[in-house]
Amino acid sequence: MSLEILGISVLWLFLFGYVIVASIDFGAGFFNAYSVLISKDHILANVIKRYLSPVWEITNVFLVFFFVGTVGFFPQTAYYYGTILLVPVSISLILIAIRGSYYAFESYSGKGGHIGYTMMYGITGLFIPASLSIVLTISEGGFVKIVNDEPHLQFAKLFTNPLTWSIVLLSIVAVLYISAVFLTWYGKRAQDEHASNLMRKYALGWSLPLIISVIGIMVELKGHVPEHYENMLDLWWLFAISGVLFLITLVLLFKKKNYGIAVFLMVAQFGFAFFGYGISHYPYLLYPYISVYDSFTNETMAIALVIAFVGGLVLLIPSLYLVMKWFVFDRDYACGKHDHHV
Amino acid sequence: MNDSAVMWSRALTELTLSFHIVYATIGVGIPLMIMIAQWVGLKNNDEHYLLLARRWARGFVITVAIGVVTGTAIGLQLSLLWPNFMELAGQVIALPLFMETFAFFVEAIFLGLYLYTWDRFKNPKRHLLLLVPVAIGASMSAVFITIVNAFMNAPQGFDLVDGELVNIQPVLAMLNPAMPTKVAHVLVTSYMTAAFLLASIAAYRMLRGSKHVYHKKALHLLLKLGLVFSLAALIVGDFSGKYLAEYQPEKLAAAEWHFETKEDASLVLFGVLDGEEVKYAIKVPYALSVLAHNNPFAEVKGLDQFPEDEQPPLYIHYLFDIMVVIGTFLIVVAAIYVLGKLRGWKFISSKSFKRIVLAGGPLSLIAVEAGWWFAEVGRQPWILRGYMKTAEGATTSGQVDTMLILFAGLYIILAIGSIVVLIRMFRNNPIEREIEEHKQVEGCAGQ
Repeated sequence: MSLEILGISVLWLFLFGYVIVASIDFGAGFFNAYSVLISKDHILANVIKRYLSPVWEITNVFLVFFFVGTVGFFPQTAYYYGTILLVPVSISLILIAIRGSYYAFESYSGKGGHIGYTMMYGITGLFIPASLSIVLTISEGGFVKIVNDEPHLQFAKLFTNPLTWSIVLLSIVAVLYISAVFLTWYGKRAQDEHASNLMRKYALGWSLPLIISVIGIMVELKGHVPEHYENMLDLWWLFAISGVLFLITLVLLFKKKNYGIAVFLMVAQFGFAFFGYGISHYPYLLYPYISVYDSFTNETMAIALVIAFVGGLVLLIPSLYLVMKWFVFDRDYACGKHDHHV
Repeated sequence: MNDSAVMWSRALTELTLSFHIVYATIGVGIPLMIMIAQWVGLKNNDEHYLLLARRWARGFVITVAIGVVTGTAIGLQLSLLWPNFMELAGQVIALPLFMETFAFFVEAIFLGLYLYTWDRFKNPKRHLLLLVPVAIGASMSAVFITIVNAFMNAPQGFDLVDGELVNIQPVLAMLNPAMPTKVAHVLVTSYMTAAFLLASIAAYRMLRGSKHVYHKKALHLLLKLGLVFSLAALIVGDFSGKYLAEYQPEKLAAAEWHFETKEDASLVLFGVLDGEEVKYAIKVPYALSVLAHNNPFAEVKGLDQFPEDEQPPLYIHYLFDIMVVIGTFLIVVAAIYVLGKLRGWKFISSKSFKRIVLAGGPLSLIAVEAGWWFAEVGRQPWILRGYMKTAEGATTSGQVDTMLILFAGLYIILAIGSIVVLIRMFRNNPIEREIEEHKQVEGCAGQ
């Protein structure tokens, strides 16, 4: 495996980690707001709070890791993406900042349940994936013009293109689906039947829109970048596996059993699709201006980064194991038997 | 090049850094204070120190949240506002940036573990162990980021041949000459600032009439730590002067309004500038030569050695003075307290002394701001000293001014939010009440 491929694979894996962990968080916020709004009250509040509180900061680190790593392995991306993404990414940043800090304010100040806050928390959770997903659309090419050697983003073209909106739609629906499947399991684990049943209903409900939005993207992609579409067809088997996993997940949810396996299959489903998409995007980071090869850093730096990465993993894996063991898989913690908050 | 984009990019970076650095400094310093308090509490079996640790940890969560989100902001803004710089520098200095994400990762994970496992262990020392990676992770984050900043001041570890970077050595780039003093300075002043900020809170509670021994213990612990770290800052500051004289003499010369290269140079404090003439200043004879070379008669390079377009702005003199004067003031305050305790001076129990300690917290933050402004403005006109000017590194985007307004609004919201929440958190739950109460264990949801 060349260093270029190794680098982009690691980054893509961490971005995938962010997509899953953040989706659970974003979706949970939205479901919570929704349930408060239609006066089902705080059915979800407890479960969500137990899961989110210890992990919200970790979610953010996945994102930081991804963009710092991208600039490290592919410094040329800093120039192209840095120049064109000023506005969209600044907006995402502001949303992330408000959401993250007000989450901390609310949950640690001991004065919870403010309705305006709950709504804002729910809505920003949908706007953040929507605004971040724009970057994927831009990477498909066709929205960047080089004027006087400087890249410029063509906003009008970007926002009138149906591809943009179909990717935005998928990002939102995926967030809701991923979150609902996870919380179905976590609610069950926390012995909160109400929450679990409600989330199961949402998971099943959002499964159809998920398929529709995926098909929508395929159609748009075929028209916008036929080359990428062809590449995806060549990898049909990855997407086929993803589809099968999706169906099994639905069956398990429908039969109300093995929610743990359902979560695992759901993550695998998105994994296959995410990597299928990523591989078919190869070798371009920004079509057609930068590829993983011409933007790659020097070999010495690449090796140093890989060594640092391996060293970092040695620290990370045991630490993440502890988080999983104490908060996610600990039944007593999930249902609130331990309340050891500082 | 787009001149207004350069200006707005500088303004937005200055704004984000000035805001972030408050929370970042607290984020580096406080975990160590919590660790020390909890350790003292466990060792002496003293509930008060354990409560100190616990209450600081609660407040810390709020500041760390702002530190994390603004840190994410500056991390991305580096590429959004300085794309040309990051494309160039990323090839040489990406390693510590990348390592910082791991330090941050470890800190974030263990902070979650620490916060949610209070009283979960039969042996409380195991809980304290969880804080060790938090403190190390926080300090290592500062170390790695400061290494990147040091590299901007004293780049090395590559050769520039026909505009191409060759012969790149990432580790050598990290071990640049600015690194040792800068890293040490950032670390000790973070610990110092944290100690004085927390001491300031204790002094405030005592001034407001709380007679509880809890605050006295806090003040005692913190001022002792404050003395240690402020003295350390003094020593490191002295080494920083020597570093500057050797590797960035124009920064030291501009800070000291030292126009002509000469021997027996005196240190200039405050004053005003009339052309190249310094008026109304306090001059300490030979002190600049001592600071620069440890020798009162040594020659110190003046600004006359540098072309005009490579000299930093002269107002950094005041930033330098503010930093040094506040640093000295804090050493004196802490020293008076420690000496007073040994000698039984009445003054240290007086209200006036509490007011001085109260001022120490905000003043130490002002010193941090002045110090960073000095470090950054003093490097101008360079973004990568000797290789790339700030103007060459900036974005060409026309929308930076709008982003500046948006981020300014964000920081105002975050500043107000964090202050209000912190005040409410401690006002609603004063220490007297918490000492009385015992924690209730919640039932299982849905039962």
